[in-house]
Amino acid sequence: MNAISVEGVSKRYRIGRRHDRYRTIRGAIAGAAAGLLHRREAAMGGEMIWALRDISLNVEQGDVLGIVGPNGAGKTTLLKILSRITYPTEGRVRLRGRVGSLLEVGTGFHPELTGRENIFLNGAILGMRRREIREKFDQIVDFAEIGRFIDTPVKRYSSGMYVRLAFAVAAHLEPEILLVDEVLAVGDVSFQRKCIGKMSDVARGGRTVLFVSHNMASVDSLCPRAVLLEGGRITAEGRTREVIQRYLGGVGAGSGELNLLETGARSPGSRRVLRRLRLTDSSGKVVPHAVPGEDITFEIDGESAELLSGAALAIRINTAFGQRIATCHSRYQSEETVSLEGAFRVRCTMRNCRLMPGPYTLMLVLTADAGMVDQIDALPFEVVESDVYGTGKMLPGRCGYYLPEVSWDFQRGRGGS
Amino acid sequence: MNGEKKDRSSGDVSVQIIEPPRGWLGVNWREIWHYRELLYFLTWRDVKVRYKQTFLGILWAFLQPFIRLVVFSMIFGRLARMDSEGFPYPVFLYAGLLPWQFFSDALGRSSQSVVGSANLIKKVYFPRLIIPLASVGASLVDFAVAFAILVGLMLYYGIVPGAGILMVLPLVLLTVLTAVGTGTLLSALNAAYRDFRFVVPFMIQIWMYISPVVYSVRKLPEPWKSLLVLNPMTGIIDGYRSAILGTPPAWGRLGVALLLAVMIYLVGTHYFRRVEAALADIV
Repeated sequence: MNAISVEGVSKRYRIGRRHDRYRTIRGAIAGAAAGLLHRREAAMGGEMIWALRDISLNVEQGDVLGIVGPNGAGKTTLLKILSRITYPTEGRVRLRGRVGSLLEVGTGFHPELTGRENIFLNGAILGMRRREIREKFDQIVDFAEIGRFIDTPVKRYSSGMYVRLAFAVAAHLEPEILLVDEVLAVGDVSFQRKCIGKMSDVARGGRTVLFVSHNMASVDSLCPRAVLLEGGRITAEGRTREVIQRYLGGVGAGSGELNLLETGARSPGSRRVLRRLRLTDSSGKVVPHAVPGEDITFEIDGESAELLSGAALAIRINTAFGQRIATCHSRYQSEETVSLEGAFRVRCTMRNCRLMPGPYTLMLVLTADAGMVDQIDALPFEVVESDVYGTGKMLPGRCGYYLPEVSWDFQRGRGGS
Repeated sequence: MNGEKKDRSSGDVSVQIIEPPRGWLGVNWREIWHYRELLYFLTWRDVKVRYKQTFLGILWAFLQPFIRLVVFSMIFGRLARMDSEGFPYPVFLYAGLLPWQFFSDALGRSSQSVVGSANLIKKVYFPRLIIPLASVGASLVDFAVAFAILVGLMLYYGIVPGAGILMVLPLVLLTVLTAVGTGTLLSALNAAYRDFRFVVPFMIQIWMYISPVVYSVRKLPEPWKSLLVLNPMTGIIDGYRSAILGTPPAWGRLGVALLLAVMIYLVGTHYFRRVEAALADIV
């Protein structure tokens, strides 16, 4: 039985009039006057774009489906249609079961009302019955860890308490279909991790989950299946690994060389200047991953038809959970100010790599005096396990992100009292 | 047993079809019924938040109409000496002021309600009509409080209600219908055209002068007497008065008011539903 079936859904937005987001009577009158002369569409003004084009998708009950794709591909629009916030322009969607989403955290909280009052109000907004809220009330309060502040107006809460309470209510909704848009998930990393943890609980409980994320590592670990959205269309569908591979530029991924023109992870407004990323070791050999304690060189080829004066390149390293942990930035780490034109190659060597083994992602940002030129997100980057400390032992996973240089000294018969 | 019941209640919306809206858009009252608890909570929130942190609290719902009663009685009763069909002016006035207050308050609140709930609308689905409905509901609570003053006035002036007082209940329903129709229309217009933020207060003020709040429609000279019937509040206010003061009801005026109220309701909700489809994209 399909929990979600999407049949030929398209969504059209009007752009070009974004600055006057809402209409005025004067505008409507002018539009109506123009409408007498031209076609209706022209009278409405602005240019139309299709945020989604003919999307068809079936998700079976209990499936956990990842949705990946570059910014502006229509991922959020799709979730908005599924959660009935906005209507499709064409096509239809059939949903079986209650829909909830973790992007609604804190919606409808009123600062003047107490925690207790807000739990009931927010629960009702999310579609819970009063009896259901009453049954789960204690659990929610426990989960939120707000205890004796339950009868205090939430405007006096710390932001941490506020978010915890909001999340606690959303987390106890127990929808049959859960929609998660990670980009919209607020809060710090530990909170986002809590969201993801809750999501995998839900997924294991036989519910249907749709997960939108830029974070390939979490999509890969949570979703067996994924679809790739590009330009409002589904361009790939299938096993998550393969879809992600396709998204990140396919053929080159994992081989130490990426064709950046094929990657779908380019931010909107980027010029396609950066063309190729290569990882090399200290001897100049192309390697698929970095080794802790050794040098790693990022070699980036690009080509720009225009002169880019004051060019700077940033290589940002993010954890699998999307937290930025390091940045290599030529503006601050190099004394040269460069102007680039035509073909160029930039080399950045990170000496003595102090990253713990594990999966990371890279973000490349090329800027010039005039602003952002090219930006590519979510390139895979792996630091491989190795015997870093020369002890003959591998580090277990999840020791953090930073690889400290340490020495230990144990002495017998000293210390104590 | 409990579980079974729960399943059946959620079964109503267990399969949802999402399609582009088209054709005549009526109100899906079944869905509104399903979301009745949300309506209750939003109404309750409106009432609660309105009087929270005020020193006098809910007493304001009592004081406001009372002060208005005193001031209006002075101006229109003592100074202008309005014809009050032979009844003490304060009772005559209040029988009209009571429904008018409710109506204008409901209009004022609901016209702002949708724009004011933008963050809800952009993040979670529920029938949007609940928002202006909750505003009308909150005004109804104030109305109930203000009703106590009427009881006091009738006791004070020794007016014994006749069987006609039973008409008050259907009249309240008729006022709610008119308020819901007008309120939803204005809330949608305000979302689509922000100009209405300035239009509504004016409109309410002018509407009061063309409604027989401080004067009697029965004592008006002819062209006006018939013209004013086109305002649904004329029949409604006159109806309240005859129910409370025990004068014979003007069925014709009431009939026209009912017809107008139904028309406004149909137009208002249809327009609301049309704007609703695009609401998340425009608020």
